[in-house]
Amino acid sequence: MASIIGKSVKRVEDKRFLTGKGNFTDDIVLPGMTYASIVRSHHAHAKINSVDISQATAVDGVVAVFTGTDIANAEIGGVPCGWQVDFKNGDTMKEPPHPLLVADKVRFVGDAVAVVIAETAAAAQDGAELVSVDYEMLEAVVQGPDALAADAPLVHDDVPHNTCYDWELGDKTATDEAIENAEHVTKLEFVNQRLIPNAIEPRAAIGHYEEASEKYTLYTTSQNPHLIRLLLSAFVLGLPEHKVRVISPDVGGGFGSKIPHYIEEALMVWCSGQIKRPVKWTAERNESFMTDTHGRDHVTKAEMGFDADGKIEGLRVKTVANLGAYLSTFSTCVPTYLHGTLLQGLYTTPAIHIDLTAVFTNTTPVDALRGAGRPEATYLLERLLDNAAREMNVDPAELRFKNFIPPFDGVDQPGYQTQVALQYDSGNYQPVLEKALDMVDYQEFRTRQAEAREEGRLLGIGFSTYIEACGIAPSAVVGSLGARAGLYESAQVRVQPTGKVSVYVGSHSHGQGHETTFAQVVADKLGIAMEDVEIVHGDSESVAFGMGTYGSRSLAVGGSAIMKSIDKVLEKGAKIAAHKLEVAETDLEFANGQWTVKGSDQSIGFGDVALTAYVPHDYPEGLEPGMDFSSFYDPANFTYPFGAHIAVVEVDPETGKVKLERFVACDDVGNVINPMIVDGQLHGGIAHGIGQALYEGAIYDESGQLVSASFMDYTMPRADDLPMFELDRTVTPCPHNPLGVKGAGEAGTIAATPAVVNAVIDALSPFGVSDITMPLTPERVWKAMQTQTKEAAI
Amino acid sequence: MIPSEFEYCRAGSVEEALDLLAQKGPDAKILAGGHSLLPAMKLRLNSPGAVIDISGIGELSYIKEEGSHLVIGACTTHGDIAKSTLLSEKIPMIVEAAAEIGDVQVRNKGTIGGSLAHADPAADWPASLLAGEAEIVLASSSGERTVAAVDFFQGLFTTDLGENELITEIRLPIPDAYTKSTYVKFEQPASRFAIVGCAASITRSNGSCDKVRVAFTGVSSTPFRDQAVEQALEGQAPSDDNIEAAAEKAAMSVEVMGDHFASQEYRKHLAKVYARRALQAVLS
Ligand SMILES: Cc1cc2nc3c(=O)[nH]c(=O)nc-3n(C[C@H](O)[C@H](O)[C@H](O)COP(=O)(O)OP(=O)(O)OC[C@H]3O[C@@H](n4cnc5c(N)ncnc54)[C@H](O)[C@@H]3O)c2cc1C
Repeated sequence: MASIIGKSVKRVEDKRFLTGKGNFTDDIVLPGMTYASIVRSHHAHAKINSVDISQATAVDGVVAVFTGTDIANAEIGGVPCGWQVDFKNGDTMKEPPHPLLVADKVRFVGDAVAVVIAETAAAAQDGAELVSVDYEMLEAVVQGPDALAADAPLVHDDVPHNTCYDWELGDKTATDEAIENAEHVTKLEFVNQRLIPNAIEPRAAIGHYEEASEKYTLYTTSQNPHLIRLLLSAFVLGLPEHKVRVISPDVGGGFGSKIPHYIEEALMVWCSGQIKRPVKWTAERNESFMTDTHGRDHVTKAEMGFDADGKIEGLRVKTVANLGAYLSTFSTCVPTYLHGTLLQGLYTTPAIHIDLTAVFTNTTPVDALRGAGRPEATYLLERLLDNAAREMNVDPAELRFKNFIPPFDGVDQPGYQTQVALQYDSGNYQPVLEKALDMVDYQEFRTRQAEAREEGRLLGIGFSTYIEACGIAPSAVVGSLGARAGLYESAQVRVQPTGKVSVYVGSHSHGQGHETTFAQVVADKLGIAMEDVEIVHGDSESVAFGMGTYGSRSLAVGGSAIMKSIDKVLEKGAKIAAHKLEVAETDLEFANGQWTVKGSDQSIGFGDVALTAYVPHDYPEGLEPGMDFSSFYDPANFTYPFGAHIAVVEVDPETGKVKLERFVACDDVGNVINPMIVDGQLHGGIAHGIGQALYEGAIYDESGQLVSASFMDYTMPRADDLPMFELDRTVTPCPHNPLGVKGAGEAGTIAATPAVVNAVIDALSPFGVSDITMPLTPERVWKAMQTQTKEAAI
Repeated sequence: MIPSEFEYCRAGSVEEALDLLAQKGPDAKILAGGHSLLPAMKLRLNSPGAVIDISGIGELSYIKEEGSHLVIGACTTHGDIAKSTLLSEKIPMIVEAAAEIGDVQVRNKGTIGGSLAHADPAADWPASLLAGEAEIVLASSSGERTVAAVDFFQGLFTTDLGENELITEIRLPIPDAYTKSTYVKFEQPASRFAIVGCAASITRSNGSCDKVRVAFTGVSSTPFRDQAVEQALEGQAPSDDNIEAAAEKAAMSVEVMGDHFASQEYRKHLAKVYARRALQAVLS
């Protein structure tokens, strides 16, 4: 039987999704269910003088109304932060409470003030409209750097300077020296703008308290149901964990925004306990814009020093990270341990230092968004490199070749120790860029570009060679860095008596195709048909435990847990097979679902062995019946995918509109189980990255109003904006996990953004433009050309 | 995303619709394709007490030649207009404008009458209707009247449409065989409405531009005919220089809008660029 690993098997989950048969949280209807509508603040910063619910409670069909005062009186804690980062001086970070409903003051547009529960969603909304809140307006602070101003309004009265923490990483002295002594220093000050994640399925939550069993069930759109159960029961509501079940059914995209434990989840559970009926809340699209955690929002100043040969000597970074109004579950680790630690890139830079301040503002909380920290690091590095190449008059590809870390496989050669805490697992960087240059036909492009310029046409090419840390994460490592959870994964392989296999995984699929990829792995390793394997995820009652899906971890960490359980199945199976075939285990070999006596045609199939395990009449002595194994896998290290992305653009000199002509990428994500799914992840990721470069961006006005709170105002990339992506890959297996896989879910997003921006800057090089703020809207590109033209004319 | 409670009435004919309008009073809203009204109702920006659905009135959906005019029923969808060979032969800018609206779903539901009544400053229709010197037929229980497009559009979401009136028809004079027209658009990237939409219709004889009609949508709160551009080119030869000079005069007489997608300065610049592109396309 040919292996199905490495085959583009069609996604088994697509049939139900494409025929409208998915089961999403909002599809679930429970007997006696009620509907919640949340009253949200229209102001970014205001004191709540009073909340009048009398008109709302009078609405026909309204069952209950709760306000921040009710939550405070019930002494319910806020939603916690899952990662502690300390100040440089050792003080603990500031962690102001984020209550389920606020009672004292609102801190961003969308902050939850009250909840109206009714027999129908319409009545709930009618009621919510009639809750009247008396606000006393306060001045708002919106932009990260402004939050640090001496006279800035305080988002939380007890957080001085709005500072959550300050933080540094790397050798400051060595870095200052390196920059000081560098032959050439490239400087860039830029904004990595705030993005809104926009999963197609809005967030939803159903709380269901059952009096008879005193059990609470939460249905929620989460990437990590077990984590939600832990936070909900132990930290927020103080419920016994074994009485709480969290189900995360089909989920329509997350991109990081469905990692955090949100107030609405705990609120629905609490409300259900109060009214003893199920309560459902489904976000409206504008609620998604206002309250799904946002991503990025860094203001950065970066300097890269080079020697006369173009070798990087040092990198110095100073960043203000805007965390929004409250801490979200992982918001504190994104700008630090997922950003600062990636500043080595693919380069041998000997001295690196980052100094970062994380601040509160009157904006939506910021947390992980596809790539989470790594896109910010990559953007910084890759923009600096292309700019440096231009300034030093070196080819940008050449400059990279000069600085790449030499190849190492992590087996015979050790991993690469960076200046910023991480140790890369395995890498071979030159080939990805060589391949990508071939694919794009680089020399031909430069000729074409020169010819086009003669005709007044602006063509540009931009590079991005990236590395990311995936397979999140070794528990001991992240624990020492402040994580308040372990980041291992669990998997249970249950062989049924008939030889069919159910696999219970702690990771969660919300678009990634786990039901296919994982089944491929299991079917291949056990030598059975894929149809005989069922992947079960997303229910804390059926899956033992799990940390969920984010940080491109599911196959590298969760897949490894599956492999461990498969090993246990095969080990026990061999014992049973040896008994049945009356030989020693060492005389057997397992292939294609059969144990065969070496050098003979005597064999026994997987199904027979499974049946024997459950009908153990003729059975090895002392062996337990059954065939059901659980494993936890804690990775030894992160995994480090890498690659080279190249964008080719043409800029309309009259309007500044950017047309993406080509997008070429050569990625190395380690071994590949399903190439179609990996390509799909890369396509989506690249589109997402292009979105940040050219289209997307949250816009707040000075008063803290979110101006871009609908698809009419927030530009998403669309199919007709994008060329056909041209993809290829190299394979450098991960040396420390059994499948040799590295992760592919975020790579495209991390890599694409700087490639596109670099291409536009390259197109505009006749104008001497070195930066344009993202997104590169036509107006911004046009303005850049005007300014530079004018300056040149003066 | 749930509208407040409202009464739903379905009109089977124009007469019935007018009766219902008179009966339900100012609290009633006409519903055609629903692609502007329903989003507004779902966001509770608009909460009419009654909705009078005219989408099923077959007699309001047509495109035909009537003497010297092409006439379009108010309930004709953008999609039907985009596919009309009659319009495409006689007044191509009308078909081009229709094809620029939204996406397939929007074009298959949204109607020309609904778009005109709604008067979104970034809607596509007004430019080509102004340049085509269209007239709009309005009916009420007390009779019918016809207004020129230039008088119909009065401001941001504001038109000459009376509270109890229905748009029934759009009338376009059929230009002579020496007239060419086009509609070009710079899209707002998120909504894909017009940041600048420019329609140009030019009648030529003996190598000069006899009659020039240029109109803009998206640029100012009210769509407008740009007479400065028209006059600069009328009577002139269609040379690159003349086109350039005429386009330079674009949007000089109006208050130009600005928003986070296009500032005043940039929009004004785009108006010139798109005026030139439209003129070039017609005259090439
Ligand atoms: C996703 C999306 C994208 C869009 N993109 C574009 C675009 O690119 N360009 C563009 O121009 N438009 C665009 N639109 C708007 C679209 O063209 C609408 O169809 C149009 O604006 C309204 O027409 P309707 O038939 O849907 O009217 P409705 O929504 O039914 O009604 C709109 C208003 O007109 C009134 N009304 C309707 N018909 C009549 C009538 N016969 N007489 C009197 N009053 C009437 C209604 O009472 C209401 O006030 C888009 C809409 C959507 C949802």
